[in-house]
Amino acid sequence: MASTVGVIFSSINDEEVPELTKVRSKGSIPYGGRYRIVDFALSCMVNSGITTVGMITKNNYQSLMDHLGSGKEWDLARKEGGLIMLPPYSDESEMLYRNRLEGLKGSSAFLKKCKEDFVVVADSNAVYRIDFSKIIEQHIKTNADLTLVYHEHECGEVNSYMMFETDNDDRIVSIDINQHSHGVRKHYINVFVARTSYLLNLIQTAIARGYSSFSGDILVPAAKTGNIYGYKYTGYYQLIDSLESYFKANMDLLNKKIRTELFGERDIYTKVNDAPPAMVSEGGKVVNSLVPDGCLIEGTVENCILFRGVKVGKGSTLKNCIIMSESYIGDDCNLSYVVSDKDVSVADGTLLAGCKQKPYFINKGTHI
Amino acid sequence: MLRKKECVAMLLAGGQGSRLYALTSNIAKPAVCFGAKYRIIDFPLSNCINSGIDTVGVLTQYQPLVLNEYVGNGQPWDLDRTFGGVHILSPYEAKTDTSWYKGTANAIYQNIRFMKMYDPEYVLILSGDHIYKMDYDKMLAAHKAAKADCTIACMKVPMKEASRFGILNTNPDGSIYEFEEKHKQPKSDLASMGIYIFTASKLFKYLELDEKDPKSENDFGKNVLPAMLNAGEKMMSYRFEGYWKDVGTISSLWEANMDLLGAVPKFDLRDTERVIHSRSPLAPPAYIEGEVVNSLIANGCDIEGTVINSVIGTDCVIEKGAVVKDSVLMGNTVVKAGAKVDYSIIDEEVTIGKKAKVGDDIKKASKLEGKTSGITVLGRGISVNDGKEVPAGEIIDKNV
Repeated sequence: MASTVGVIFSSINDEEVPELTKVRSKGSIPYGGRYRIVDFALSCMVNSGITTVGMITKNNYQSLMDHLGSGKEWDLARKEGGLIMLPPYSDESEMLYRNRLEGLKGSSAFLKKCKEDFVVVADSNAVYRIDFSKIIEQHIKTNADLTLVYHEHECGEVNSYMMFETDNDDRIVSIDINQHSHGVRKHYINVFVARTSYLLNLIQTAIARGYSSFSGDILVPAAKTGNIYGYKYTGYYQLIDSLESYFKANMDLLNKKIRTELFGERDIYTKVNDAPPAMVSEGGKVVNSLVPDGCLIEGTVENCILFRGVKVGKGSTLKNCIIMSESYIGDDCNLSYVVSDKDVSVADGTLLAGCKQKPYFINKGTHI
Repeated sequence: MLRKKECVAMLLAGGQGSRLYALTSNIAKPAVCFGAKYRIIDFPLSNCINSGIDTVGVLTQYQPLVLNEYVGNGQPWDLDRTFGGVHILSPYEAKTDTSWYKGTANAIYQNIRFMKMYDPEYVLILSGDHIYKMDYDKMLAAHKAAKADCTIACMKVPMKEASRFGILNTNPDGSIYEFEEKHKQPKSDLASMGIYIFTASKLFKYLELDEKDPKSENDFGKNVLPAMLNAGEKMMSYRFEGYWKDVGTISSLWEANMDLLGAVPKFDLRDTERVIHSRSPLAPPAYIEGEVVNSLIANGCDIEGTVINSVIGTDCVIEKGAVVKDSVLMGNTVVKAGAKVDYSIIDEEVTIGKKAKVGDDIKKASKLEGKTSGITVLGRGISVNDGKEVPAGEIIDKNV
């Protein structure tokens, strides 16, 4: 692959899932029993041959830092390049970047130092498995200024995507921002590719002209000059922009096809914890659930995503729940549609229920 | 700052482990899988780092490929240190003579230069085939307090089993007055665990003497320790209370795996006090759909069949209608629909065909005599054809 550097926004639109981002940035939201959302963007970059990744952070990035460490789990603890954290960079005007463009501005010092010809910029707000090298290939072939990755699907009721139209060659002809729409549309998934020098120029121009919106001030006008292309990503994609979509993204893993697509190659990397294997004891029952190392199941678990070190007591029944790591569910509890953050303990005999659209959420560290 | 280590550990990992038969055809005994996600060597290595010992020489000789790859730079055990850390020590060619490690003592003798790099006061000698958690630091404190030249860890074993072990006969103060190496009728039931702490200068001295003795078998238990005792060096016993198991045989390996199960396991991996570290593989959480009773399931498994009283290693697939009972699956194994696995140890990367039957019910099979006491063993990478029956107690190292 042509030499490429990666840039990841670990903290954009954090306010969309306030329950989970109160104590962390979006990229470090726990997912799928042992992962964090950022693992997907980061692992895909590594698997595409990228060995230098800048991680743009904003607030509450302690848990992200703890997760990423030196980057060794992603093979990114390197002398040359590797994982480079890009915490907020403050000049005289403001403390924290307010939008994507200001975030990129903060990373321009990093990009200037990079020798790589191309740059992939991605959000860590979704679960997907993209081969970035294919996008670079197309980018070079079409000689595009920018290549934006899209996913085609039915428009939802609430739509936080930017959508666009392309011609037969996948050249973008028009961009809609914040439009309510119907039917199957091309949704921009906030992953783009550019030449590093082109992106640096864009950032320079944006600073000079005082632009504030990456999509409004840069992408929309650029679409008119005609050298932006779309790249169609056809694999699994699930944006996490609400507790409901978070719930769906997790439950999707109970589907064998999706699980195989994401994890079949065993190449989504994550921080390793030395927990002992899961134990299902006598009287424990597990139906259609994910159970990682460290769990102790003495009750019944059905259609659940459990995280490391979860204990489910005798006589308890959990249905359609997501229970994050090191949580303790006592004896004779009955939980249905519950999303419980880390380090929660639920006392014996507790009954809790939410529904699919609105799971009952338990804050990190709560005792119930 | 001083460039020295107070205590250096030397881990004997070169043994062939011939009594594990097909399980050690291609890998050294310390690299054999244990407890669903571990390898045997995880236990001594974790014990070292948990006891504050960060310099470990691993002496390999027999089939070291998997072991070397697994230990790597020692990072999973925090043993990737700039000074110290874990080092693989294989036999090497020297100017005057070249030899394989002839015995346990000779293996350590050939690496005296490695130990001297760290200028240690003490040397801890360990075996790579025991499952236990132990604080070596406490043993070292006892060694220092007694001003001993050598301290040997020991534990009480049932009298009828005592003849299998090296037995220590001790005075009331814990000092040793006699060794009985695998004696038919030993005087006591205090068995040596194969864990020794030596004062480094004494170790080097007696290793050199032992090397000069042409009659010596260059073995710690048979030669070096008795020589020290005869010369009047201060030899102390150190009593260990807790779980310890030599997993050198098929039946003891099976038992040790089963000791991890139950409401109150004999050996509790869940205790967070002293975590056993391992090179955890990259796998998603286990997916469980079927019936699982009293079993350990590692990450990456896909369980749609039935698993009872078993230990299932990483990335195993148990298809619908398959039943695994009283068995150990080491990892990466597929048990196809309708197959039955009973009272067996299945090495990594095995495929068991549809409706195949491996082993027999524990109640019947465990009455069998023979090398494995009725446990059926399938070696690494074996395929069992659809519908094939593998009788109880067989050791299989070719496809059937």
